Amino acid sequence: MNDGDATAVLELRDVSKSFGPVVALRSGSIRVEAGSIHALVGENGAGKSTLVKVVAGVYRRDGGEFLLSGQPVDFGSTAESKNAGIAVIYQEPTLFPDLSVTENIFMGRMPTGRNRRIDRAGMHREANALFTRLGVHIDPRRPALGLSIADQQIIEIAKAISLDARLLIMDEPTAALSGNEVARLFAVARSLRDEGRALVFISHRFDEVFDLCDTVTVMRDGSYIATDRIAETSESQIVAKMVGREVGDLFPKSPAPLGDVVLDVRSLETAGEFHDVSFQVRAGEIVGLAGLVGAGRSEIARAIFGVDAYDAGSVTLLGKAVPPHDPRAAIRAGMAFVPEDRRQQGLVLHGSVGKNIASVIRGRLDRSGFLTAAAEYKAARPWASRLEVKTNALDMTAATMSGGNQQKVVIAKWLATDPQLLIIDEPTRGIDVGTKAEVHRLLSELAGQGLAILMISSELPEVLGMADRVLVVCEGRITADIARADATPENVMSAATRSAERTAP
Amino acid sequence: MTTQQAPATRSAYPVYSRNIVQRLLVNRESAVIALLVIVYVYSLVNVEFFDGPLTTYNLFKEYAPILLMALPMTLIIITGEIDLSVSSTLGVCAAACGVMVKDHGLSMPTAIVLTLLLGIVLGAVNGFLVAYVGLPSLAVTIGTLALYRGLAEGLIQTDRIAEFPASWQDWPTERIGDTNIPNIMVPVVVLAVVFGLLLHFTSFGRGIYEIGLSSETAHFSGVNVARTKFLLFIMSGFVAALAGIYVLLRSDSVATDTGVGFELKVIASVLLGGVSIFGGRGALHGVIAGVLLIAVLNSALQLSNQGSEIIQIIIGLLLVVSVIASSFLPRVRELLPRRAMASGPSKAPNSGDESRKARQ
Amino acid sequence: MTDLRVEPSQQSRSARMLGTLLRSRELSIAIVLVLIVLAATARRSTFVFSGDGWRDTLLAPSILLLLAIGQMVVIVTRNVDLSVGSTLGATAYVTGKIFIANPETNVVLVFLAGLLVGAALGAVNGLLVAFFRVPALVVTLGTMYIFRGVLTNQIGNDRIVAGDIPANFEKLGTQQILTIPVLTLIGLLVLAIVGYYLHTARGGRELYAIGSDPDAAKLYGLNVGKRVFAAFVLCGALAGLAGVFSVARYATAFAGTGRDLELQAVAAVVIGGVAIFGGSGSVWGAAIGAFLLVTINRALPILGISDFWQGAVVGGLIIGSIVLDRVLMLRRTHQLVEARDTTGTP
Repeated sequence: MNDGDATAVLELRDVSKSFGPVVALRSGSIRVEAGSIHALVGENGAGKSTLVKVVAGVYRRDGGEFLLSGQPVDFGSTAESKNAGIAVIYQEPTLFPDLSVTENIFMGRMPTGRNRRIDRAGMHREANALFTRLGVHIDPRRPALGLSIADQQIIEIAKAISLDARLLIMDEPTAALSGNEVARLFAVARSLRDEGRALVFISHRFDEVFDLCDTVTVMRDGSYIATDRIAETSESQIVAKMVGREVGDLFPKSPAPLGDVVLDVRSLETAGEFHDVSFQVRAGEIVGLAGLVGAGRSEIARAIFGVDAYDAGSVTLLGKAVPPHDPRAAIRAGMAFVPEDRRQQGLVLHGSVGKNIASVIRGRLDRSGFLTAAAEYKAARPWASRLEVKTNALDMTAATMSGGNQQKVVIAKWLATDPQLLIIDEPTRGIDVGTKAEVHRLLSELAGQGLAILMISSELPEVLGMADRVLVVCEGRITADIARADATPENVMSAATRSAERTAP
Repeated sequence: MTTQQAPATRSAYPVYSRNIVQRLLVNRESAVIALLVIVYVYSLVNVEFFDGPLTTYNLFKEYAPILLMALPMTLIIITGEIDLSVSSTLGVCAAACGVMVKDHGLSMPTAIVLTLLLGIVLGAVNGFLVAYVGLPSLAVTIGTLALYRGLAEGLIQTDRIAEFPASWQDWPTERIGDTNIPNIMVPVVVLAVVFGLLLHFTSFGRGIYEIGLSSETAHFSGVNVARTKFLLFIMSGFVAALAGIYVLLRSDSVATDTGVGFELKVIASVLLGGVSIFGGRGALHGVIAGVLLIAVLNSALQLSNQGSEIIQIIIGLLLVVSVIASSFLPRVRELLPRRAMASGPSKAPNSGDESRKARQ
Repeated sequence: MTDLRVEPSQQSRSARMLGTLLRSRELSIAIVLVLIVLAATARRSTFVFSGDGWRDTLLAPSILLLLAIGQMVVIVTRNVDLSVGSTLGATAYVTGKIFIANPETNVVLVFLAGLLVGAALGAVNGLLVAFFRVPALVVTLGTMYIFRGVLTNQIGNDRIVAGDIPANFEKLGTQQILTIPVLTLIGLLVLAIVGYYLHTARGGRELYAIGSDPDAAKLYGLNVGKRVFAAFVLCGALAGLAGVFSVARYATAFAGTGRDLELQAVAAVVIGGVAIFGGSGSVWGAAIGAFLLVTINRALPILGISDFWQGAVVGGLIIGSIVLDRVLMLRRTHQLVEARDTTGTP
């Protein structure tokens, strides 16, 4: 790493952060110059978001150095980092649903006029100007309630650029955006760079990184790996550093013979979420559901499994209709669902590992109506060992485990039900590389045993590597059905943003 | 990094991480039970007449309704909900029972069955609004607290209904054999066992904990969240009706203010007994110890000629202290070891972000 | 084709304000209030059209009005204060004690003393909730017991009686300026100040933000602890002021003064359309809710319903209000989500 003469706007050296026994950031380092756009890349769980939250003042670091324009700083709150000139666009938008769009943009720093009265007219004007600059149309007076993920992300972006910060950090700002919106965002980012500001850009899309950034820093397993000039590196070099070994063994999907149709979804529809969704999944087949964040993929999965109601359509499993909005019926019919949000939906975080694994099957474990902890733990043990869950004892709470181990617990809990169909939403989000490979191998093995798998993933390489067939969802509609052999990053991405391009103003 | 060994290598998972002594003794319930024993022994030694034969009898006689209502309340609070309307349900059920017997000449058994049915209906109203309409239980039961009390007032107005059949009146407060325990403790113990088994030894009970810890996960795992809550509110209404009948027979009268303020005693005992107001944590034996602790304190203070306001102050302090103990101290504890580890210029991490969000 | 909920800026300023007013929860319960007053007046014209009737219509809600304003500010931050009834009782007693010690005490000083004592008790709640971060429901349930217990311990069976209260202070309870009772005027003044603050000051909007999503508020760098603490101090101070009002109006204070008022205050706020889990609603709604509750109680006997059923009516109103709010909220969310299908932006 070169030590240039100019002081960097942001410099982190060996910053670490742990949550209880889980090390989220081992040794994070980055050096961001003024007037540059710096890419921060790494796999899910590499510690990028934790690093961002340390800089933003959400977390306090456990150790290491944190310099801002050469001065050591230590932020105890987001207000302090904001005052120091740092703006952050978080991966997941956090808005106040009850307040107006404008109030969301200016919360905490509303301009005041006479008698310390907030200047509503001025705020609306400025909000409109921001939206014009970003090339979108959102009414600044409407409530934030009911906005699509893409619109929420735009508001996050507007909020951050209106801060007039010397350092702007963007944590996957484009995951939910259409091509048009991305182009606008990049134009704004470049103009900010030309004003001499420093930007940090986190993305999984290499074309974006190469298009926008000057420098790239790679992280792996919570640690700093390398920093290169974009001009002096290539995609394959970066990927090699991210993964730490050959890419080939990451997605070991082996072909399996296809069986009968297991899941048959017809004309599924929910107003405002998705429309006319029809597809089938066969035994032994992995069907990948690709698309932008917020395109409606998870909503479709939730409707199929019955956690949400749907307006129209039908779901059939092995020829039998599955009643809507009834997860218990879906489970009885043979469905299993590993949801997107492991901590909120997949696990009882403060429950024990053993009880989590036994939680769906415990109805069958009772003896004349009585259920004992011993019976639960006995039933859970083989599944914990089958998935190689790393824990000292079955009564440890799931909260103390790493993301990868938690995911294994969730998968174990569902495999214990002996399902015919596994729906798995973002199977490897936020888990380490080693476990990731284990999960991929497991999915391939399960398909080989005749399980039908519907996999939702935002990671294009994962979809292309694992799926026998890729369904692309765009704005709640299936816009493409591509066989494994024909699927390329280009045709999937273009289907994912197709209709968005058409309707964008 | 990749693990290619055979899966069998990690098959020996121990079930428990702590030994049996630690598991049984180092927890909130044991602390409450220990405190109960200490207060009881202290009172025996230091409070005059506390060792008399009437103490235990009066204690059970007075606190049986609280003990009863604390049982379903425990389950409800473990799901993360709350039922503030129990005392009003008790009041209106007692009033209805009184009116049916004295004004409409129904026989006691008929009136009791109808009263229990009324309790179920009133609980079902709460349960429906909370579980199926999706309203916050705090708001719903503040509303029904007022509504049910209002119904009681409307039903009996200025009357004080009294003089129920003596045979019915005497049974609940008669002693069991030569003991100092009133008969009412028989149904109390039976229900305590039933609720204990339901909470700790059934799949339904596991669902209750799961709902309290993560209602969304429970829903995703096929727990019928709405039905569970609905049933619990029905149980709460039923038990409150039972307690209402008992209170009516015990004092041989019912007035508009019968049972006023009981809900606070019930909730205070439940929280004191180690149930977390956020849901997901607690055990029935702790709650029973919590009720008895308040009961013993009350009777010791009464025997020491202290006014009833002292017990009010103590309940209030216990409530505040127990909730600080269960939600503030764990955070401090979480902070301490890391503060010890953190070295150099950087300060201790702020661990507050990870704490579970405070529901009201 | 444009949905006015999604595109409010498409309308002119006045049309927008009119639309907001017509759709507001506040207007609907104001109409209910007016209808009740009309019905009662039609039955018995003295309900409003007499010196005493007019005065009572305005004066009776003044105490609950103050409590509802304070409670609203706390509830909008996703908290609740159940100790206000006890706080009111405590300041009523302190007020009486001040007059017994020195009947010549300046009335303004008495009001200040009430505000201060109330604020101090509110600060206890605020400290526990904001800095120990324990749930407000439990803490204020506890302090409700504690404050009331200490008060009972101090007063015992005594009571402050009319003889202890100087005449000029007692007169204040019924005094009118331009036929409007002074206490009501003070209450309305407080309402105007708090309402103005909540709508136009940064701090006011931050209280809404905190209630709307406490986690996001922290992420935005808002000083959540300070704001919540301040809300509890304000709520306590207004309950303290209400205690002084109570002595001025009833010329008495005893151990039970203000008991059960906390639930009425919460009821007024909920009936006024403030979400019990924070983030939305207005102090105007809470104020109308307070007037509605008190007026219904006065009107019921006139409308031929025994006043024994008052409690049931109040309970029914609370339930009705929250069910209504839930239905409106679901409809609104549904409309806004569906609007995604029709509007152009992805």
